[in-house]
This record gives sequence, structure tokens and C-alpha cells, in this order.
Amino acid sequence: MAFNIKTLAKNHKEDKFVSGHRLCPGCGAPLVPKLATLVAEALNYDLVVSNATGCLEVSTTIYPYTSWNIPFIHNAFENAAATISGAETAYRALLKKGKINPEKEIKFVAFGGDGGTYDIGLQSLSGAVERGHNFVYILYDNEGYMNTGNQRSGSTPPGAMTTTAPVGKKIPGKLQLKKNIVEIMAAHENVYVATASVGEYVDYMNKLEKAFKFEGPAFIAVLAPCVRFWRIPESNTLNIAKLAVETKYWPLYEVEKGVYKITRKPREFKPVKEFLEAQGRFRNLLNHPMASEIIQELQDYVDRRWERLLALEEATKDKPIR
Amino acid sequence: MVVEQKKLAITGAEAAAYAMRQINPDVVAAYPITPQTPIVEKFAQYVADGLVDTEMIPVESEHSAMSAVVGAAAAGARAMTATSANGLALMHEIVYIAASSRLPIVMPVVNRALSGPINIHCDHSDTMAERDSGWVQLFAENSQEVYDLIFIALKLAENEDVRLPVMVNQDGFIISHGTEIVEVLPDEEIKKFVGEQKIMYSLLDTKNPVTYGPLDLYDYYFEHKRQQVEAMENARKLFPEITKEYEAISGRKYSYVEPYKLDDAEYVMVALGSTNGTIKYVVDKMRQEGKKVGLLKITMYRPFPKEEIQYYLNGRKGVVVLDRSLSFGAEAPLYAEIKSSLYEVAVKPQIGSYVYGLGGRDITPDMIRKAFEDALKGNLVADEQRYLGLRE
Repeated sequence: MAFNIKTLAKNHKEDKFVSGHRLCPGCGAPLVPKLATLVAEALNYDLVVSNATGCLEVSTTIYPYTSWNIPFIHNAFENAAATISGAETAYRALLKKGKINPEKEIKFVAFGGDGGTYDIGLQSLSGAVERGHNFVYILYDNEGYMNTGNQRSGSTPPGAMTTTAPVGKKIPGKLQLKKNIVEIMAAHENVYVATASVGEYVDYMNKLEKAFKFEGPAFIAVLAPCVRFWRIPESNTLNIAKLAVETKYWPLYEVEKGVYKITRKPREFKPVKEFLEAQGRFRNLLNHPMASEIIQELQDYVDRRWERLLALEEATKDKPIR
Repeated sequence: MVVEQKKLAITGAEAAAYAMRQINPDVVAAYPITPQTPIVEKFAQYVADGLVDTEMIPVESEHSAMSAVVGAAAAGARAMTATSANGLALMHEIVYIAASSRLPIVMPVVNRALSGPINIHCDHSDTMAERDSGWVQLFAENSQEVYDLIFIALKLAENEDVRLPVMVNQDGFIISHGTEIVEVLPDEEIKKFVGEQKIMYSLLDTKNPVTYGPLDLYDYYFEHKRQQVEAMENARKLFPEITKEYEAISGRKYSYVEPYKLDDAEYVMVALGSTNGTIKYVVDKMRQEGKKVGLLKITMYRPFPKEEIQYYLNGRKGVVVLDRSLSFGAEAPLYAEIKSSLYEVAVKPQIGSYVYGLGGRDITPDMIRKAFEDALKGNLVADEQRYLGLRE
């Protein structure tokens, strides 16, 4: 099924992720579960969700309210994957023993932010994927611990302002590049792994469909801007998320059993500087005496990574590992 | 009616695995750690041989073991795990979440000293670190009790008025690796006794969606904690009913505490776990010498059986409390709680605190006799922590 908003609307009967939650106006995060629930509904699946501690979880489940009109479990920060692996195993066990008789096929989804995925939850995620549970892990990546007020994570890009890697008189903010979570996840056996952006929702929806239908674990990393700490206007979330793709900052691709496929190849790219300049979090970097060198370094990095992706796409064409 | 039972020569770990086989849980998630390992190995073999139809999750850590079991139990599965020491400490965060989510998980815990320094042998520092987690905690004296208490634990955990997780503690190596005769009930009897779990608030009930683990702030958190207090009280109330039901088929009697030669005892020792066996031996010897000594074994540690303790200790001449763990800068845990219970009794005994057996240090009959003799001489000091078997 080729998804677009129309096909989703046609299949839509009941909101599974409902409004009234307390995420910031303009936040990129709620689009991530919203589209996932719509695609699952269109594919006639029921969902069971686990969610790592983070913005999405605290803002959607303030007792006695919940935005989740589907079964939902928040356990802790670092264990969304292990938790859903338990629920998914229970599903298989109870089906096998004939103790349940669900009307629709149930799909299991874990949501986690970048803190809960790149950092504290990486072990739990890797373990669950290695064990081959049938689940989809969806990362909403806003490049920092935004729920607790903008601390550095393994996903924060160099030069972004955070409270735990601030730009000071001596140190120009975070020095390390963003961890490549997609390659880490793609290194597991029998996985479907993809990047997506809330600014490119048709691409995201198609990847959701693939992930739901994949026999085995799937992982989608969705870039989801944080208006508050990326220091961007509330109306600009989707544009910034698009700009990340147009500047090679966040290339859209997928890896299925080792086969790379780039899903968006813009004819012309914009310089990465445009992505940086559109956000207040890079203001100090842009004002830094070494700004032009640092920006050039980042430009070289995204260029080389893009070339490498093209080469991987060519090299792995028709060569799945299994 | 008491049913005929097979006698097996098995270890405590094997007794736990055997009980788990008979329960045939839907999901077991576990990670190996000495001395719990033989439980997981044995159970994995049952799965591999098709003797159970459990789905096993070979997780990458104990943190994930408890996390997966929470996910499975929330999905309505009968879910179990087992651990020891550092493994239990790694689970710690989720141990609390399992209790507050009111998930009826049963976990055999093979007690081992908590690092550091690293040590693989028995003491109770691991389980004591979880005493305020909201789990029911039961202590076995031997392999037979391990076997029996696991079924009692399951029935208690799954009761609608309780819905709390339960730890069944056994002393590392001493029980877990020591072979003893264990009487086992037929599979069918166990199946009848444990029954089917009443599935409540399942994540798989997509028609009635529930939200587990919401953000619970100052407007509700306190009330939810109060409900946990209530559930623990319900566990206390129900325990005798369940043990009675178990006694009817097994012939083996369990209670919060086990009094041993207490009727006319003037001096009473209080302890947890396998050491109770050694104490019984010493009590028997000293009784032959005409000394009025006895034992109060604690089987249920959480909820704490204060009333029974008061009943059995009120008016004695001396009470000796044995602890296999410490609370640095404060009184040892069991001692502190026994002493606190005695605040309310009419005739307060002399009381003394004895710490023993840390990191698997042997506790001999002579050491136990020495502590009793202190009591007999009137040489117990409430405000002094003494040690048995320590080089100083």
C-alpha cells in the first residue's frame, strides 16, 4: 500500500493517540506515534506500546489522564525494548497455549527518545533485537535530554548548546559527533533499520509499513525537532526536519538484512550551514572564532557520509546477508 | 487429603526449577548468575526437552530480565525469573516498579553476598536491600521449603486482593547446591493447586486498553503507595489460608514463623534461612543438658509478622537475634525489627544482636551455643552488635 494522508484518512475510524497531551506546541515528537498508530490502523493491526521515560511518556500519561487509546506500558528509562520483548513473548506464549484469541494481529512497538535509545537504553535495545523479537522500535530523536531541560546525549551534534556540554571560555561545547545509531542497529542480524524525519512523513509512513510487516525486529530513527531547545519557532518544526534531509545532515535511507537503500535523493543539496543557522542552539557555535573551520568540518563529514552511503547502496545491491 | 509424594534427592536450585516446571509459567526471562545458575540451566533444559511449554527469554542482563517479566506479566502472562546478589541489585529499579504495578511475579532468589568486594557465597545482603521494595519476602530453611514456598508464593501473588510480587529466598550454596531429600507432589496436584491465573488489566486486551506506569505526581502518588500498604496487609491476612490449603495436600505446615521448642523456653534465638537447621540441632543438644532454649524461625519477612513475634517473645528471659547482613552505622536489619517489635510487649526480654556468616563464612554449632550461653548468663546488651565467627 502506498501511503498518503488520503489513504490514512479513509481507513481512520478511531484515534489511538489522542490530543490533549501536554507536549509543547510545535513539538516534533507526537507526530511519531500519531503516524505509527494511523499506519497500523490502516494495515488492520492492533498495537501494544511500550515507552521509555522521556518527553513523550511524561506528557501523554499524567495520571489520571492518558493520550493512549491503546494498551500502553511505561516501565523505566532504559528498558522500553526489554519491556516490549516481555509483552511480545507473552503474546506468543498465550497464543500457543490457546489462552487468548485476538480479533486482529497485534504488533508491538517501543518508543524511546535519543537518551533512552543511544545512551541508557542501548543495551536493552541491542539485546531485544539480537533475540529476534517481533517488534518495532521507534526512536524520536531530538538530539538531547530535552525532558529534563536540554542535557547532552550521544545524539547531540557538536556545537549544539546543552547545559551539560555548554560553550564556555575554554571549551566550545560538545566536541564529539553524533553517534551513528542506525549503523549500530543495522549491525544486528535479520533487522529492518531505517531513518525517517517528521518533515518527510510519507517516507516515514512507508517505512512504518515495512517495519510492521517485517518478520523480526525493526528499528526506525525519526528526527523530531524540539522547538524549545533547538531554539526554533513553533511553526518551523517540519521545515527544519526537512532541511536536515536537504542538507545531508540526516539522510533518509534504510537497511534491510544488510542491503542499503537511500529513500530520498535530492537533486540539489543545501549547505549544512543553513541547517545550523536556522536554529538558536548553534548560535554560540556560529559566533565562535573558529566557526568557519568547524562548519567546514561538519560539511566535509556529511559529504563523505553521503558518498559512503551511495557506495554502500551500490555495493550491497541484491546482496542481503540472509 | 494428603497425597502420596515422590522423594527426590535434589538441590535447592533443582527444587526451585522442579517447582517452576510444575507451574509451567507462560514466560520465564532470566540471566545466569552464581549461585542461581543451576535454576536457569535446569529450567532451560526442561524447555529444550519440551517438558514445559514456557517461552523463555534469554535476556542480556538481570535488569532486562525483570523488565521483560514486567512486560510479560502486564500482558497477562504468568511470568517468572530468578536471580542472586548483584543480579538482584541490577534489577533493583524494576523490582520497585514490578511491585507498584501490582504484577504477581514470583522470583526465587538465591541469597549471595552483595559486592564489594566480590564474593559468590551466602549472606542476606542482596535480599535485605529489597526489603522496602513492596515485594513479599519468604525465606526457606531447606530445599523442601524452597519447593513448597514457590507454590504458596504464586497463589499469594496472584490473589486478586494481593497482586504483589513475591521473592522466595534460599541460601546460596548451602541450600542451592546441597542435595537433600525433597518430597514432591504429583504434577496434576500442583496444577490443581495453582490453577489458572485470573488475567487482569492485560496489555493484550486491545478492546479495553490500559496505561501502565503513568506519570503519577503529588496529587495521586501518595494514595497509590497507600494502596500498596493495603495489598501487603491483604497478603498477610491471606497467607494462613493459602498455607492451610497447601498443607491439606502436602501434609507440610507453614506459617509466618515457626516456633521450635518454645513452650517453656526462656532463651530464644531468632533467625532467617538455612541457619535455622543448625540452630535446631543446637537447641536439641542444649535441651538434653536441661537448658531451656528454643528457636523462632522467620519464614515470612515481608510483610513482617510482628504480632506473631510479639506473641512468641513476650516474657522470655533472653532473645538472641542472628543477622546474616549488616546495616552500616545502624543495627542489623532483623535485629532492629525484632527489637522494635518488642517495644510493645508487656514483659520485655533481654536482647542481643549477633551478626554471622557474611560472605559465606561458616556458622558452626559451637558459635550458636556461644550466643545462647551469653543469653543464659544474662550477658546480652541491647546496644551492642556482636559477631560470630569473626577474626578480630
